[in-house]
Amino acid sequence: MCLALPARVVALHGDEEATVDLGGVRKRVSLALVPQADLGDHVIVHVGHALAVLDPLEAEETLRLLAGLRKGSTP
Amino acid sequence: MSWSDGLPPLDLRRGRVQLGHGSGGRLARQLVEQLFLPALHNPALAALDDGAVLAAPAAPAGQRLVLATDGHVVEPLFFPGGDIGSLAVHGTVNDVAMMGATPLALTASFVLEEGFALADLRRVVGSMGQAARAVGVPVVAGDTKVVQRGKGDGVFIATTGLGTLPDGRTLSAARVRAGDVLLLSGPIGRHGAAILSRRESLGFDTELVSDTAPLHGLTAGLLAAIPEGAVRALRDPTRGGLAALLHEFARAAQVGIEIDEAAVPVPAPVRAACEWLGLEPMQLASEGVLVAAVSPEHADTALHALRAHPLGRDAARIGHAIRDPDRFVQMRTALGAMRLVDWPAAEALPRIC
Amino acid sequence: MKHVEEYRDPALARALAEALAAEAPAGRRLRLMEFCGGHTHVLARHGVGALLPSSVEMVHGPGCPVCVLPIGHIDQAIALARDHGAVVCTYGDTMRVPASGGMSLQQARAEGADVRVIGSPADALRLARAQPGREVVLFAIGFETTTPPTALALQAAAARDIANFSVLCCHVLTPPAIAHVVRASREPGGAAAPLDGLIGPGHVAVVTGAAPFDRLAGDLRIPIAVAGFEPLDLLQAVRVLLRLIAEGRAGSVNAYPRAVSASGNRRAQALVDEVLEPRETFEWRGLGALPRSALRPREAYASHDAERRFGLPCHAVPDPPACRCAAVLRGVETPAQCRLFGTACTPAHPIGPCMVSAEGACAAHHARGVRSTRAEGPGERVAPLTRLDGVAPMNWPDGAAPLTWPDGVAS
Repeated sequence: MCLALPARVVALHGDEEATVDLGGVRKRVSLALVPQADLGDHVIVHVGHALAVLDPLEAEETLRLLAGLRKGSTP
Repeated sequence: MSWSDGLPPLDLRRGRVQLGHGSGGRLARQLVEQLFLPALHNPALAALDDGAVLAAPAAPAGQRLVLATDGHVVEPLFFPGGDIGSLAVHGTVNDVAMMGATPLALTASFVLEEGFALADLRRVVGSMGQAARAVGVPVVAGDTKVVQRGKGDGVFIATTGLGTLPDGRTLSAARVRAGDVLLLSGPIGRHGAAILSRRESLGFDTELVSDTAPLHGLTAGLLAAIPEGAVRALRDPTRGGLAALLHEFARAAQVGIEIDEAAVPVPAPVRAACEWLGLEPMQLASEGVLVAAVSPEHADTALHALRAHPLGRDAARIGHAIRDPDRFVQMRTALGAMRLVDWPAAEALPRIC
Repeated sequence: MKHVEEYRDPALARALAEALAAEAPAGRRLRLMEFCGGHTHVLARHGVGALLPSSVEMVHGPGCPVCVLPIGHIDQAIALARDHGAVVCTYGDTMRVPASGGMSLQQARAEGADVRVIGSPADALRLARAQPGREVVLFAIGFETTTPPTALALQAAAARDIANFSVLCCHVLTPPAIAHVVRASREPGGAAAPLDGLIGPGHVAVVTGAAPFDRLAGDLRIPIAVAGFEPLDLLQAVRVLLRLIAEGRAGSVNAYPRAVSASGNRRAQALVDEVLEPRETFEWRGLGALPRSALRPREAYASHDAERRFGLPCHAVPDPPACRCAAVLRGVETPAQCRLFGTACTPAHPIGPCMVSAEGACAAHHARGVRSTRAEGPGERVAPLTRLDGVAPMNWPDGAAPLTWPDGVAS
């Protein structure tokens, strides 16, 4: 039910706002709910607000799990 | 410019449209002479008679005429890649070109809102004139009306386009048959996404630029490359996008359509803009792209001809028409599954769910 | 688009499909519910259903905030704009939902009411600051994902004394809805077979954490896989469920670990708790009244609560006749089983919310579904000449049939 996208933080602004980029399209969003987000982090954005910082290690692990399927192994 | 007809020269920098500019008298004449004519200049228009006299084109006997009309209400008036003026010229030239005709002349009727800045009007009309000169299709007749402040969106433009169509050529969606191949001349959605990026409430930034362009050169090249009759129909996916266009073909021709999602070129920023807004690229307008339905035997040659033109460099084969009494439009997704494509009812609204 | 396109890889999808085919239990049909409308949308949009084993049936759940929103609340929003002269700020999703008297927010705007589509509660707050002389109301819908931004706006309005800003709060909670649907599916003599597993809403879990789903899985004794929103996420979640089912385990697995943690966003949770409180009960379209299943502003924020500020009662409004959204929302009927599907009710002329919302089950099937579903529905049995082309009569009276019905559809 919730259209939320992972976007990369490309600029930090005052007042807990940031500019994020997804596929070359940039938006200004609020970091008030994830103040720890930093430049270069990917955040999950919903209705103009970042809700979480995406964990790149978990992402890598997930993709590795999926890619493992192609080679025929069952993780 | 000096005083004339009892009026000081138009203040093109700070002046604003007044109701009198639409009343057919001194003020209206001044607007035409000092703003419209310099931008759109051509002999027919300069005569300032009630109608333009055009020589019948020197052509083989039996040429038919094509007449097309368009209303332009785009908001914002100025967008990345163009404005309502250039859009109006390209849009109408394209309507004529989609019939397989050679555009000859345009007319333009302006409904201006009282208070609209003359500097903006000059910009719009200048852009129109430039676009008209670039395509070699003059605006030979025009009209201006002014409505009270609050009753218009700055400026609305209505255009008509006249073109000539050689005998033996009939392009129509009704002529598409099962087995025909569908070619798309370029990536979709740039105009729609560029416009959306300028809507304040949606607030996103992108390098996206509208693809508004005249397509008559592209169509002429295509039609010259394959035998008459091999191109069944041409259409540009403007309002309603590719989805609406495919349904129009299906409905008119009483066929079904299958396309391949992976084959439809979509620029990365258009894709990203759609993800942000919860929209689909197939719903967004393009103003410099066309779909051609061609006979299967000539599809390769047709594609080659499109790619030979600068506006068709990224042309691709995207699907074909099939026998289908239900006239469904279906798409094979990137994952290989076949699903329906809906005929959009109204402009898709951004969603959050 | 990083972190998006990798999860749409066709080759990986095919590999997952093969694994699912191999791992699906022989001789047993499974009913898995994807609770979230966003998942329903993704399934249809990418055609993920075609990659699932034929023994797995995906049942669409009620996790579509527009679909479960009672008509009475839309009537409230319309009244605020039409009768109270407020600027009503709403997400695009609710604009075309048919409310009472043939009205909708879009129709109200066409008739002069000030209704604006926004993308964030911050837009509404900004508008309120810019126009202190006007009442500005945020029509706040959504599950736990959408709630923290609303809470932020309320907190900011109170802190900066933006007196003209208020919220029509219709935020709802996931666990009570899941519990209701799962239990209802087990009722003896129920319309449909019990659910074997649930795909949990990954973006809700971003806020709430995976922990509440662990509890739900235990309480309801049903396997749950909390999933992300790309095709590979869904396929992987189905795979996880098949494994849990095979092992007879009623637990929950976080299949979206790149975005979901066990505890979620604590800051967002605390903020919501500070500003909003659970309502004793809330009427859900299709599910009936569920206790402690929705939120409203706390007493301290009463002046920013549109219901209290404007004294707006919420009237119960029955669903249109013959509309089967209630059953579809609970997963006991499919869209094709509703005789209005594809005939009088289409995306161009929606009668019920499941058709008007982009993530409603009916819209997903009609606009982006598989051809055979349209063929199963009544729409294809109706003679083409009498089939409505989806063009709406302008306003048809609440509760009354439209002026013309396709043959074989009118009761």
